Amino acid sequence: MGLFSKLINGLGKTRQRLGDSIRRVLSLHPRIDDTLWSQLEEALISADAGVATTAALLAALKEKLKHQPVESDNVAEGVRLLLEETIEEMITPAIGNGLNLSATPAVLLIVGVNGSGKTTSIAKLTRHFQQQGRKVLLAAADTFRAAASEQLITWGDRLGVQVISQKPGADPAAVAFDAFQAAKARAYDLLIVDTAGRLHNKDNLMQELNKIGRVLKKIDSSAPHEVFLVLDANTGQNMIQQARVFQEISGVTGLVLAKLDGTARGGAVISVCRELSIPLRFIGLGEKPEDLAAFDPREFARGLFEAPEEKA
Amino acid sequence: MFDQLTQSFETFFRNLRGHGKLTEDNIKDSLREVRRILLESDVNFKVVKDFINNVQEKAAGQEVLRSITPGQQVIKIIHDELVRLLGEGFSRLDLSGMPPVPIMVVGLQGSGKTTLIAKLGLHLRRKGKFPLLAAADVYRPAAIDQLQQLGRQLDLPVWAPGVKDPVDICSGAMSEARRTTRDVVLLDTAGRLHIDEPMMQELERIRDTLKPPEILYIADGMAGQDAVRAASEFLERLDFTGIVLTKLDGDAKGGAALSIRAVTGKPIRFIGTGEKPDALEEFHPDRMASRILGMGDIVSLVEKAQESVDQETAEKFARKVARAEFDLDDFLEQLRQLKKMGPLDEILGMIPGLGKQMKGMQVDERDMKRTEAIICSMTPQERHKPGMINGSRRRRIAMGSGTRVQDVNQLLNQYEQIRNMMKRMGKMKGRTGGQFPFPMPKS
Repeated sequence: MGLFSKLINGLGKTRQRLGDSIRRVLSLHPRIDDTLWSQLEEALISADAGVATTAALLAALKEKLKHQPVESDNVAEGVRLLLEETIEEMITPAIGNGLNLSATPAVLLIVGVNGSGKTTSIAKLTRHFQQQGRKVLLAAADTFRAAASEQLITWGDRLGVQVISQKPGADPAAVAFDAFQAAKARAYDLLIVDTAGRLHNKDNLMQELNKIGRVLKKIDSSAPHEVFLVLDANTGQNMIQQARVFQEISGVTGLVLAKLDGTARGGAVISVCRELSIPLRFIGLGEKPEDLAAFDPREFARGLFEAPEEKA
Repeated sequence: MFDQLTQSFETFFRNLRGHGKLTEDNIKDSLREVRRILLESDVNFKVVKDFINNVQEKAAGQEVLRSITPGQQVIKIIHDELVRLLGEGFSRLDLSGMPPVPIMVVGLQGSGKTTLIAKLGLHLRRKGKFPLLAAADVYRPAAIDQLQQLGRQLDLPVWAPGVKDPVDICSGAMSEARRTTRDVVLLDTAGRLHIDEPMMQELERIRDTLKPPEILYIADGMAGQDAVRAASEFLERLDFTGIVLTKLDGDAKGGAALSIRAVTGKPIRFIGTGEKPDALEEFHPDRMASRILGMGDIVSLVEKAQESVDQETAEKFARKVARAEFDLDDFLEQLRQLKKMGPLDEILGMIPGLGKQMKGMQVDERDMKRTEAIICSMTPQERHKPGMINGSRRRRIAMGSGTRVQDVNQLLNQYEQIRNMMKRMGKMKGRTGGQFPFPMPKS
């Protein structure tokens, strides 16, 4: 079962009712004219693709149409396929190699703004790596938010993994350091470090994140081996700024797009991929540990358009 | 908050004001720019469309084109439309009815409900209420723990009976409130997707059981185009009564705020502007419109000052300013008062016309701490008569405060500048204030 069919099945009627504007737009326009362009623009902007990226996408599409005109009896289908292709090209990152987690123990640092879905994503990633047969240890380095470590510990219990935590208000870098040492001593394969949510414009909190990275390097200069930024699919154009600042401070190596099981399309991530070329690794589709899927640019592009009733 | 939106508008207005005359083409071009600004700020596509159409219609009137300051006229039209979009007047939380009054708090996952409940609890207590917090999020791991910890920190009672059914928890909270004579019950419900049928039904059951006069929909200030869809769905199911926007202390342009208000027609009651429990502001649409357009919000600033500065100190200070006897002790006092008012950059953002100048200027709270340390390392005589601070005293002060002599020098220079400014201000007394593009809205 494909990723988006899973998504669509889960959503059922509501999504059908909401319909799909791009496909509808296309089916209403047997000819390529100005109205079609302006409605395609509306559909892309409504998916949070943003003004600049939408313009770039449509320009690229126009260029494509010059070289490969679509057949006149099936304009809608032709334009849709070309637009999907254009989006796919834009989000297929230049540096999409495999994950750099071969070190033992490897360290995966999870960062993001408040409420983006970090802790739930960690539960899902833990399940994912467990299924690959890796021994996972978690570090509760969110010592700021009330009951953040309890939340991670609850997940740890459910998933059967150990969680290293300290008292609320402890130095997050110290938690990460201890956990890394423990992971080394007890021969874990992978340490996943949960950090406190922080808005990227809070300079002092961003410095704290930087410190976690520095401290980890004292044990292994190549750590953290991967840094995942968790993005909320509901976020608008601010997503780009988030990614930019987090990348600068903590060297983000991969993205997780959470909460794609709602009606938000997460189109802002197209701009993130376009501007920053950080590979999108996983997408989150629910609250259960198994609701995680590897990111597939083609399916994502199609998901922006696919009408559910035809998939069922 | 709304900083980037403000910046975009400020640049745009500068260009617009430059035009002696406006043609319809000029206006069209400007509005295209406004459209881009709004879309990039995540205002919903359809809302932008309506907004532009409305402004265009009003601006097309002959008076605008013929007026001496057509640019100003267009700005005024945009301001008025923005106020209309944000809602006309300030609307207070409805706490009438037989106590205990339940307030339901709902929203998507991660929108900031639990934090908001704590902030709201603190806010209501400051207004003389006795809130009880009810932990009805039985799904997210440790959500109840989180509310209990926040309750302990703020010394607010939390109802967490350890049962599994959210409806039971909520009605139990009402009995508990009656028993302990609490007059407001804040219900923290689990975050849920607007398309999650069973979860939405659960909210309906809570509403039907408790009949809360207020249901607050919590929306993430960074949300994009879909914010409107989620909000509309919650509105349809629950007919919520007010909106709270959270995470507005980031650099999000906050366009979702405008859209949700415009589409649901419900008032924005509060905005969350930080992680601290007191980072909650009542929402005044007219002031916000001015702030978005870069005209500052002097009313909020004054209120904020009144909240945190005690009257007596302020009067004493005013007398000193008038007589130009401002010494370093006063300087320190001012610094501490300012710190009480909240993050400095936020305060400065409320001052009309300062938005532009503040761009790129990081206000470092650490600088303030350093300044405090330097002044605290001075003797009372030195603070009173800074003129006596010679080279050797400067060295001592630097060592005492863990700073460098340059830092001490810098502080003394700053102090001198401020004192000169005060002298001038003392002379200016009685004159009217600065000039605004048009009258500041009254609250």
